[in-house]
Amino acid sequence: MEGKIVTERLNAFFGEVHAVKNVNMSIPANAITAIIGPSGCGKSTLIRCLNRMHEVVRGARTAGKVYLDGEDIYDHGTDPVEVRRKVGMVFQKPNPFPTMSIYDNVVAGQRLNGEKDWKKLDAAVEKSLRLAALWDEVKDGLDASGVSISGGQQQRLCIARALAVEPEVLLLDEPCSALDPIATAKIEDLLFDLKDRYTIAIVTHNMQQAARIADFTAFMYMGELIEFGETKKLFENPEKELTEKYITGRFG
Amino acid sequence: MMEPKRRQGSGRSSASFQDKLFKYTVMGIAALVLALLWSLVIKLVFDAQTSMETFGFEFLTSTVWDPNRDLYTALPFIFGTLMTSAVAVAIGVPVSIGIAIYLSELAPAWIREPLSFLIELLAAVPSVIYGLWAIYTLRPILTGSVEPFLIDILGWTPFFEGASFGIDKLASGIILAVMIIPTVASVSKESMMAVPDSQREAAISLGATRYETTKISVLSYARSGIFGAAILGLGRAVGETMAVTMTIGNANLISWSLLDPGQTMASVIANNWGEADGLMLSSLIEIGVVLFVVALVINVFARLMVGRVMKAVPMTGGGL
Amino acid sequence: MSGRNARKWKNRIASLLALGCVLAALVPLISILIEVISRGAPAIDWAFLTERTKSAGSPDSGIGNAILGSLLLVAWASLIGLPFGILTGVYVSEYGDNWFGRTVRFFNDILANFPSIVIGLFAYSLIVTVIGFSLISGAFALAIIMIPIVANTTEESLRMVPNSLREASLALGVPRWRTVLKVIISNGRSGLVTGALLAIARVAGETAPLILTSFGNNFWETGLTEPVAALPLVIFRNAMSPYSDLQEQAWGAALILIAMVLSLNVIVRLLTRKRIKTFKAVKKTWKERLSLSV
Repeated sequence: MEGKIVTERLNAFFGEVHAVKNVNMSIPANAITAIIGPSGCGKSTLIRCLNRMHEVVRGARTAGKVYLDGEDIYDHGTDPVEVRRKVGMVFQKPNPFPTMSIYDNVVAGQRLNGEKDWKKLDAAVEKSLRLAALWDEVKDGLDASGVSISGGQQQRLCIARALAVEPEVLLLDEPCSALDPIATAKIEDLLFDLKDRYTIAIVTHNMQQAARIADFTAFMYMGELIEFGETKKLFENPEKELTEKYITGRFG
Repeated sequence: MMEPKRRQGSGRSSASFQDKLFKYTVMGIAALVLALLWSLVIKLVFDAQTSMETFGFEFLTSTVWDPNRDLYTALPFIFGTLMTSAVAVAIGVPVSIGIAIYLSELAPAWIREPLSFLIELLAAVPSVIYGLWAIYTLRPILTGSVEPFLIDILGWTPFFEGASFGIDKLASGIILAVMIIPTVASVSKESMMAVPDSQREAAISLGATRYETTKISVLSYARSGIFGAAILGLGRAVGETMAVTMTIGNANLISWSLLDPGQTMASVIANNWGEADGLMLSSLIEIGVVLFVVALVINVFARLMVGRVMKAVPMTGGGL
Repeated sequence: MSGRNARKWKNRIASLLALGCVLAALVPLISILIEVISRGAPAIDWAFLTERTKSAGSPDSGIGNAILGSLLLVAWASLIGLPFGILTGVYVSEYGDNWFGRTVRFFNDILANFPSIVIGLFAYSLIVTVIGFSLISGAFALAIIMIPIVANTTEESLRMVPNSLREASLALGVPRWRTVLKVIISNGRSGLVTGALLAIARVAGETAPLILTSFGNNFWETGLTEPVAALPLVIFRNAMSPYSDLQEQAWGAALILIAMVLSLNVIVRLLTRKRIKTFKAVKKTWKERLSLSV
């Protein structure tokens, strides 16, 4: 079965540094795929290639193909702006816009697309904040600044903001690494609820997190995709020795 | 700059005496500079006494400047300063922000430094040379095409009444705009470059174009720095003397038209200093005090807004 | 589809506008350079540089005395301004982590952007009222302008010196004042030089304070208490003259002045770039040395 996102001989460079080497990976739709590996293995770089964020960095480039629903996002005629609308991203440190209210943060993406109808925006705000499990906590204070809420809430705000533009895929780059365990649990719960409607890929350095929520797991090492499979199988019965070494904590 | 705990030994007392001597000498010099400046301010106010006593508060609100009758008031010059500075800011700040956006967000890495240097060179040109250039190069352009054009489409407003001479408040405003660009642009640029990349990433990942990213991530985040930069530019425009003196036409009158000559606080002092004495001199000094107060307020405000990004202000000024 | 296209076009236009602003700002710079060179070069010959200024229409009128006068003004101003500026900068950097240091820094920053004509008024009030238009009053005004520039660059370059240097010296028992001098002389030196050059470039072009203080002079005059000629004054007074030979003098003087000022600025830039590279190297060696000794 073809995945929602399929990479074909994907390579990524920072100048001369070869960060992602010949990765062929298929991310299934409506499921959570975790990407794990030791620091510096290229997992963040890989995920940033999936929404064409990698090339934004000065001196960075990619080679290879990435198919979203069968169409190569790196095709010459494809507008990266369009790709990024379809493939949303949440970053390691929450980054809500500090000069905007919670409301304005959530609808920032839609306003970019020209949406001006108040009713539609209001509805989108409620819908996205509910999806991000934040609605009940902030519904009476939508005018508050985007940074006036706690770290965990800010991250959920960023998730709501990403979801508001109605992407098909949601990429998360170690979204919980700056959060406490309770906030982390809340986010893991909401990701679990989201996977029915979205395709989710999450980079994590926390193996237990991958084991908890991911349907599929990819293990990367030194820029290469070592193994990919159903989470249960990868953790209990890995095919590659390297994978087993990492899982059992021999390095990383 | 931390002092480790001193190990007190027998030979230490002379060293710590030397240390204290050095420290207090250096501190004394810094204090001396400050004290000197403030005493100069006081002396200046003192010298303006005659004028202040003669004219009182009306000095600031009346429009007479008549050496024949020994009547001097400052309003025409305050007005001139305000008008020329307003034009300078209206033209210079948007252009500077455009430059800052280009240098901070759009320019390829290799061109950023050389271009920044060129923009800063604008600050190195002495102001008297700006004046010289304005008289011989800018003026013909103004009388030849710019001002007739403005009269054609805006001549019905009070700002563009009258004939076009090229030596007027508009010319001063334009040259001032050029002169404040290096300051406003580089402080704005520094403020923009200080915006963390994570902010830009947030906008880009939502599908924003470069322009949209700049608008929602950079400009709003950096807005207090940009505003402070504009105030700094205003401060420079207010205090600028030579280029204005050479382009404003030395006319001690109030007129709303930008095409009419005028006079600013700085230029009236420069233009009249040679023959001034007695009451006129005291009045000119009083104008200097007013200018001092205005410049002080503006610069203090700017400094508070911009903080220590002040070092981004090109100090290679070639004279005000 | 058209919404997206509109955004694309907005993006393109905005980028072009920003670039346009840059080009618009460069036009006056380039124009000034072209005009000064093309109009000023014909004026320059040996006589121009060595004769003193004479009235309009006289042959052999030159700006020699103005060049000398400018050099004297800058020299005297530096004599006063550089030491005060450097020491103030040293104070703020090495001892200034308190309310007084912050106050000094604050007023320094304000003074750096101050209208120079007001500074001319200061000097007038203090000196000219006593001894008349004079070289020393002009130098004094210029010195005041130099002080914040030099203080700021001194402070900045001293700040760049890594603390590990100071701590290592103090730990060896070197008294504080010696440490400070050592830090300045060995590592802060180029910063002092660039600060001095920047300040000189700035005051060489100042005109307004000179109108009020040293006033100008058509003769060769070097006395401290006499009015003295200066390049910017020649430019100012001749720019608006109806006589074409005087106008040419103005352009010639402008060419010399701008050549001097711009070359100083370029030198400063090159030195600064070198200093940043050396600083990175210094920082690295110190880090290595510290880690080795552990």
